[in-house]
Amino acid sequence: MNNKISIHNLCLSIDRQPILKNVSLNIPTNKITVILGPSGCGKTTLLKSLNRLTDLIPGVQQSGEIMLDGVNILNGNQDLVDIRQKMGLLAQRPYPLPMNIYKNITYGLRISGRRNRQFLDKRVEHYLKMVNLWDEVKDRLKDPASALSIGQQQRLCLARGLAVDPEIILADEPTSSLDPISSKLIEEKFLELKSQYTIVLVTHILRQAKRMADYVVFMYLGEVIEQGTPDELFNNPQHPVTKSYLSGQFY
Amino acid sequence: MKHIRLTRYRKWRNVFHQSWMMIALLAMLFIPLVLVAGLIMKSMLLLENHPLFELLFSSDWSPLSSRFGFLPFIVSSLWITILSLLISAPVCLLTAIHLTQYAKRWVLRIMHPVIDILAGIPSVIFGVWGILVIVPFISHQLGPLFGKSVSGYSILAGAFVLSIMIIPFMLNMLIELIKAVPNELQEASLSLGASKWQTIKLVVVRKALPGIVSSFGLGMSRAFGETIAVLMVVGNVTRIPTGVFQPGYPLPALIANNYGEMLSIPLYDSALMLAALILFLVVLMFNVFSRFLILKAETH
Repeated sequence: MNNKISIHNLCLSIDRQPILKNVSLNIPTNKITVILGPSGCGKTTLLKSLNRLTDLIPGVQQSGEIMLDGVNILNGNQDLVDIRQKMGLLAQRPYPLPMNIYKNITYGLRISGRRNRQFLDKRVEHYLKMVNLWDEVKDRLKDPASALSIGQQQRLCLARGLAVDPEIILADEPTSSLDPISSKLIEEKFLELKSQYTIVLVTHILRQAKRMADYVVFMYLGEVIEQGTPDELFNNPQHPVTKSYLSGQFY
Repeated sequence: MKHIRLTRYRKWRNVFHQSWMMIALLAMLFIPLVLVAGLIMKSMLLLENHPLFELLFSSDWSPLSSRFGFLPFIVSSLWITILSLLISAPVCLLTAIHLTQYAKRWVLRIMHPVIDILAGIPSVIFGVWGILVIVPFISHQLGPLFGKSVSGYSILAGAFVLSIMIIPFMLNMLIELIKAVPNELQEASLSLGASKWQTIKLVVVRKALPGIVSSFGLGMSRAFGETIAVLMVVGNVTRIPTGVFQPGYPLPALIANNYGEMLSIPLYDSALMLAALILFLVVLMFNVFSRFLILKAETH
């Protein structure tokens, strides 16, 4: 399998409290990698370390390697803007930027200097259609994004992330605040998008993991307990912690 | 029996305490109303004798010959307030951004009590400091720099002292406002490839903007009403100031300097009450305006 990202011995601590302990894993290209585990096991932190949003945490210390296309992004002399534009982030709850729908989609393009009106118009239409939002908002692109429903906002956030033309989509429990129908839309979109993008999906919903995963990583208390294909991990778990989690003994 | 009596006692005590708090609340709401009513009644005497337009827009102030033009005082107050906001607003905003976005955590932890202490310094101390430092500085350094020979007691001195006084007041509000912008919003912006400065400018400040504007509005209303420190350095000359180096005579200073001295002249007494009423209404207007801005921004 071709790996987009490979992580070696990643350790991360906040105020000397270890959050990630010696994490090593591979994220295959153009597949959905699901990071599964109970709340507080470091899934979100792991995801955010991939585009170095962990740099924002006060008192953070990191060591190890995160290789993106063969280059270590934890190395100090990497351009953060470059790294981050390669990855679109979808958070637990949608956070539309405080501006209108049109400007939300074009934000990533505008800040990198693309100002051609026709180019931006085309991009907005393309990406809103891609997330099935175009028909719902095409007549009110100048409305504030906060006026949309939560489900619409989450699709807007996905379109916003896709508009900067990333190679990787990082999704942190992207359906956890959505209604079932919106959740289904997002899941279907992901299955469609994986032919073009490498997707990393963090979730604590076992059924979602089973529906979506091409590759599964199970984490517990900051450590990777087990990783493998869905078939290996769900049907034949090796580690006792994985077994008890899969049998529903804790969430 | 004892048990029942105890219960009844407790019930009455409950009613007593509830009504006590209700009275406190009503008093809090009632006293300002009485105050405004009193000011209106007292200033009626002047308003019956002189048209309001003349009072507000005439610059002829000679109480002894019964001519009351408030324009010099209103203009002075506006000059000082706006100038002090122009000095303090950028300083406050940049400081708040630095403390919340760039500074180490311990700096903010130390700065919080420091700002509170600054906010608690009595205004008369700022006045004395203004006389000892700012006024000579304007007279000896700043004035000559612009080719002017001035005493230093001026609009600029008042605005400067005032801006130092309202900085901690506004800074505290701004820090809380900017801290309240969700981290996830910044993460969203950064993950789209924005630099830290772009994120601050386009997302953090934009999100906090209604609050920022209203904190400036509240700072302004505070500046407009501040009396003693301004009175000490502003010169108190009844003339419409035409430049920042000229002395002025703001409304609060007019009231504080003269009330109690000229009460034998009923119209003068009434004029000072009208000054107080104008002060009250302008401050009220600033407050309502900044609330209105928040409301408008929130529905947008």
